[in-house]
Amino acid sequence: MRKTCRPSRFVADVMKRVPPSGIRRYFDLASEVDDVISLGVGEPDFVTPWHIREACIHSLECGETSYTSNYGLIELREEISRFFSNKFSTCYDPNSEILVTSGVSEALDLAIRAITNPGDEIIVPQPSYVAYIPSVMFAGGVAVPVDTCLENEFKLNAEDLEAVITDKTKALILNYPNNPTGATMGKKDMEAIADVAAEHDIMVISDEVYDCLTYHGKHTCFASLDGMRDRTILLNGFSKAYAMTGFRMAYALAPREVISSMMLIHQYSMLCAPIIAQIGAIEALRNGTHEMEKMVRDYDRRRHLIVSGLNKIGLDCFEPRGAFYAFPSVEHTGLTSEEFAEKLLFEQKVVTIPGTVFGKAGDGFLRCSYATSREEIEKALARIEAFVDGL
Amino acid sequence: MDEYTRHILECLEEDARMTHDQIAALTGLPAEEVSNRIKEMEDNGIIRKYKTVVDWDLAGDENVYAIIELKVSLERRLGYQALVERLYKFPEVRSVRLLSGQYDLSLTVGGQSMKEVAFFVAEKISTLDQVQHTTTHFVLKTYKEDGIILYEEDRVARLPVTP
Repeated sequence: MRKTCRPSRFVADVMKRVPPSGIRRYFDLASEVDDVISLGVGEPDFVTPWHIREACIHSLECGETSYTSNYGLIELREEISRFFSNKFSTCYDPNSEILVTSGVSEALDLAIRAITNPGDEIIVPQPSYVAYIPSVMFAGGVAVPVDTCLENEFKLNAEDLEAVITDKTKALILNYPNNPTGATMGKKDMEAIADVAAEHDIMVISDEVYDCLTYHGKHTCFASLDGMRDRTILLNGFSKAYAMTGFRMAYALAPREVISSMMLIHQYSMLCAPIIAQIGAIEALRNGTHEMEKMVRDYDRRRHLIVSGLNKIGLDCFEPRGAFYAFPSVEHTGLTSEEFAEKLLFEQKVVTIPGTVFGKAGDGFLRCSYATSREEIEKALARIEAFVDGL
Repeated sequence: MDEYTRHILECLEEDARMTHDQIAALTGLPAEEVSNRIKEMEDNGIIRKYKTVVDWDLAGDENVYAIIELKVSLERRLGYQALVERLYKFPEVRSVRLLSGQYDLSLTVGGQSMKEVAFFVAEKISTLDQVQHTTTHFVLKTYKEDGIILYEEDRVARLPVTP
């Protein structure tokens, strides 16, 4: 009789240290309630524009179903290169400085793994997107949180950044426009961060997936700042700007030494991003601006609606200038973020995500996504008002 | 066109019944300014009309529509203007367009039956001096009108919570 197997014994130690996803918990909770209005969704409510889908369908009809270059189709890399050159005057060689990946999630994982030695410190401003800290841990690095705060509109403060830099610091992860806060950082704010990065010789991984979703003023691409091109791993993708979440389509732009290291992992783990998604991405870059701008204007209108609505209810909300999230405070209600979110879900059937899912700095706040229809937002606001009045 | 104007027009185009207060909430403008801007656009013709898009087939409408293409001969010094004015004054004529290509003008004509539409074309349109030739196409089914698809599309629902 053979020895019985205890599978848990084989799971790597790091898995026990990485905390379970807070998002997962709220997904499970929301699944228990019928007829919810969800302000908990981190993806556009638009369907991918038809011209992009049609290009993908046509490419399937033409039989384009094989592997592509590990780096991604050269036509796509050339479009990406042209796009960044035109929009941000920052040049990347399509042959060696661009890597097409399956989502920014993959690009992020590759970037961290490509640069992290065991014990290296990676700074993560908080509140942060849920994947950053776990990705650093999986790579054997040490995640060092640095808090941002409402008083500074959740921008990363240069002095606070400097205070957490040690001789083990390898890199900083930036995410502006930000998930979950909707915060943006202007050129001056970014220059202050660039000064610190240069001074202490650290790398910057800049996740700019929401760059097209900027309201009031232009987005500052971190890599476009003086001296930062060679110090930045720029991550961006098609999920938010072109409503292509399910396509899993994104890219990394970085100096060739970094891209070739990321490619080393990518070629063995993923081989290449899906060809259909790459075809769609080419179409998006070539002809997608008009539809994208229409979507952004629609988000902008809903942004006004939700922010003014939340403020009227008494849930103070600073003005988010990017992404599609509002980050109101629930402190004065006397409830914690989790208590508020759970009670709101069960009493009024509105899904929101407590700020603590994104780090301790999110305590006292809720993430409310406005990537949902105007009618849903109006209904949700009415229900939230009823809930707050009943407290 | 300034950004606010574009926002207001896009809101009204999506839902002509949207109130000024709702538009104010969507644009961040005070409601009074929204009302003033809308009044100005109504006065200067940028906002021509508030319309409802009706699925007449679903309503059980008996009306018949046809697209009529006209080949015309132009009068010296008058161009298309005189003819077009004669045509659009008929209430049966619902649209008049000048086209590039084989035909000059395209009309949409409505009536209570195919016979009525055919007689209208024969008696009122073809008889006009400048009209050389007409081709009548009866509309059998309308799939999309004014940017609105008249049939439901199935959608895969989004997950209620995603990061």
